[in-house]
Amino acid sequence: MNIMNIPPDRVAATVVPKMTARNVDVFYGAKQAVKNVSIDFSRENVTAFIGPSGCGKSSFLRCFNRMNDTIAGARVSGEIRLDGNDIYGSDMDVVQLRARVGMVFQKPNPFPKSIFENIAYGPRIHGLAQSKADMEVIVESALRRAGLWDEVKDRLHESGTALSGGQQQRLCIARTIAVDPEVILMDEPCSALDPIATAKIEELIDDLRGRYAIVIVTHNMQQAARVSQRTAFFHLGSMVEYGETSMIFTNPVQARTKDYITGRYG
Amino acid sequence: MTTPTDWSSPALRARVAARYRAEQRFRLAGLTALSLAGLFLAFLLFTIIRDGWSGFRHAEVSVTVVFDPAQVRSGDYMAMMQAASARLGTRSDVVSEGAWLGLRDTVAAEPDVVGQTRTIWVPTKSSIDMLAKGKFDLNEPALTRGVSNNDIADFHALESSGRLRTAFNGIFVSAADSTNPELAGIWGAALGSLLTLIVTIGLAFPVGVLAAIYLEEFAPKNRWTDLIEVSINNLAAVPSIIFGLLGLAVFLNFAGLPRSAPLVGGLTLALMTLPVIVISARVAIKAVPPSLRDAALGIGASPIQVVFQHVLPSALPGVMTGTIIGMARALGETAPLLLIGMRAFVTDNPQGFLSPATVLPVQVFLWSDDVQRGFVEKTSAAIIVLLLVLMLMNSVAIFLRNRFERRS
Repeated sequence: MNIMNIPPDRVAATVVPKMTARNVDVFYGAKQAVKNVSIDFSRENVTAFIGPSGCGKSSFLRCFNRMNDTIAGARVSGEIRLDGNDIYGSDMDVVQLRARVGMVFQKPNPFPKSIFENIAYGPRIHGLAQSKADMEVIVESALRRAGLWDEVKDRLHESGTALSGGQQQRLCIARTIAVDPEVILMDEPCSALDPIATAKIEELIDDLRGRYAIVIVTHNMQQAARVSQRTAFFHLGSMVEYGETSMIFTNPVQARTKDYITGRYG
Repeated sequence: MTTPTDWSSPALRARVAARYRAEQRFRLAGLTALSLAGLFLAFLLFTIIRDGWSGFRHAEVSVTVVFDPAQVRSGDYMAMMQAASARLGTRSDVVSEGAWLGLRDTVAAEPDVVGQTRTIWVPTKSSIDMLAKGKFDLNEPALTRGVSNNDIADFHALESSGRLRTAFNGIFVSAADSTNPELAGIWGAALGSLLTLIVTIGLAFPVGVLAAIYLEEFAPKNRWTDLIEVSINNLAAVPSIIFGLLGLAVFLNFAGLPRSAPLVGGLTLALMTLPVIVISARVAIKAVPPSLRDAALGIGASPIQVVFQHVLPSALPGVMTGTIIGMARALGETAPLLLIGMRAFVTDNPQGFLSPATVLPVQVFLWSDDVQRGFVEKTSAAIIVLLLVLMLMNSVAIFLRNRFERRS
């Protein structure tokens, strides 16, 4: 099952695709985790990947910033382009790619350093700040955009790990924003958070839409419905259906999608 | 349906009671083991300090010395000392054979003394020293008590005339080895240990940590790295004397480095310590959560930046623990150093990495082997120094480790 089998009007029309994936397969050793998936996404929409555990949505997400490279025995085939450039091509620098395509992980993982250093680290290694004052501006604006500034402005030099779970995750988002990426990949960013912290992150995702192309993997279907404009449903490594979020949740084409969103399995 | 479980039945109550009894037995066993270990430690420390404490003090006798200008000019301090010793009127010479060195030092320190007559305190010979510390049982028959009647008579005469005192033993903490127990010191061996350990840590720490980083973070997992891992684990279990033979073959016979030198000792101990550091550093690096690596990689840090700016700082406390253990073992190691000549009798403090030296544990071994009565307390005193150095080293390392731990 791939994108070609879905009626044309159901393929999400994107104005200018930021990233495109064509016929992507992911193997872990002999096991195929992702089977022939093609998808486009843009800055205008938040794209959600939903599906039961082990359906390959996280594996697929990790292709877009080549985090699968770090897993021994992982192999990716097919074609993924960022602004038309093949990210697996020989002229693509993976370090630079990961600055352009940021990632937020399932478990908040701030560095065991101060809040300021957490944010400043990325800009520093990429040489984005010319001076100390520059860096302070970058840190403040990243924390403001992540909605964390007012909570931490008086304790920028305390450890990032001393924050609450929700604050830590927003710190991680701020850290990603600070290097000014074009795409932000979020791998179940709220699965370790309570409902209030989750609501804050969802609000933040909505604020960031338009500036960054955002892709979010989630287990939580209500969350996908709330934050995304496009939804892709994965099952057993294949993308079963992809379209506008409202259509996927109200009028899915595929029986498997319908079964999943109505809670028949998952 | 089975009947519901009766939690208050005697059988179940007995089970609960048995469980608590088992726990109590276990606690008791643990406490016993702990007290036994504590007892052994206390016994060890008590006996060593009891026997070794007197090593830091020595008996001195006051002699009247004529600083004859002619003798000073010709450098014949020995004759000057003999004359002064003879003036004491004892049955045999009670002054240490090396006491004349003190006269030379006095003249060097204050040249005005030449031509004058002074009464100064000089170290006694070992038998008088031992008598002053009460190390001989005077009720034993003369044949077995190990000290002559003349010495005993001299000792009593000097003591009653107030010409004898015990004072801090400056020789022991500043000199190197000697055939006379009253002239032997620990400083030469301590310096030798220090120089040796500098070479060991300077080589084993960077090489070991870098090897661990490469194996853990960069090396592909294949048959070759498996082989290397097995080899490292085997090397860590190789008896230390084998490393001594290796050092003898490679550093002395092949490379032609000088015998008994701290450089060679350090190189040999570095070979022995390397596997310990590699293994513990690998464990510490492995324990760094992968999420930290993901976080750094995810914002575009290069693999080298991930390792040196995130993984290594987080692993450093663990790496240092392994290094401390390795260094402590190296400090206490004797066998491999015997083979590369560090058991030599060295009477001068080592001047550098290539001058002949011995180390603390070898010094303990050499003195414990000596037949002279005076070396018994020196042996224990040397053990005290060795333990103090070990404790000092460990405290510094633990202090450093805690600092790194708090920062991360």
